[in-house]
Amino acid sequence: MLLLLRPVHDQMVAHCLKGLPEEACGLLGGRLETGEAVTCYPTRNVAASATLYTVDPKEHLRADRDAEAAGNSIIGVFHSHTHTEAYPSPTDVAQAPDPSWHYVLVSLRDVQPVMRSYRIVEGVITEEPIRLESQ
Amino acid sequence: MPVLVNLPTVLRSHAGGAKTVSAEGSTVGEVLTALVGEYPGLAGQVINGDGSLHKFVNVYLNDDDVRYLSALDTPVTDSDELSILPAVAGGAVADATAGDRAVPPGVPRSR
Repeated sequence: MLLLLRPVHDQMVAHCLKGLPEEACGLLGGRLETGEAVTCYPTRNVAASATLYTVDPKEHLRADRDAEAAGNSIIGVFHSHTHTEAYPSPTDVAQAPDPSWHYVLVSLRDVQPVMRSYRIVEGVITEEPIRLESQ
Repeated sequence: MPVLVNLPTVLRSHAGGAKTVSAEGSTVGEVLTALVGEYPGLAGQVINGDGSLHKFVNVYLNDDDVRYLSALDTPVTDSDELSILPAVAGGAVADATAGDRAVPPGVPRSR
């Protein structure tokens, strides 16, 4: 399960909408043991594409240091799909960097953004529930 | 001289769970080669069999991505710190060339 603080959720959705027409991406800081995301790190998509994303490596380093300094870790990545559903693509699966991470997809295909979260372990996709926490 | 190397969570299990290890070398390439020598589980995850930098990791010398410096030939001193992080990429389209986009545009490929 991914536990998401409400402000983190809102920041993720806002960053994805702001990134249109391109895909947007960012990292989540929190606790791997509990699956709790407490910080949203919006990052630049250096692929600058409507169908691909690459987290800016320098912003990733900054986010990683910030999370570690707070006693947390980077526990996952989020990105938008601008015209497709919130489900990991073969590209997402092939490049999933860490089996302990949470992979959050935000689909902007419909009127309302749709957010879903997955674990990706050795190429196997498993959806997990998202629980919003008020703080 | 020993240089500190920060490992990402995904690679720590190959180094006995350590978050930071040290390895000897006077260039980024030498340090990474020594690191793989010490922790063989890292072979193929950081540098390729031919000694080039793996496409799906980013290596930083202090604050800078080494691909923007002299890549594996970048000199290091014992006051430097290396950090390894996974390249984080993907996208909506299954594109056979998508893997190449894990390297930021304009960066020379290391192999």
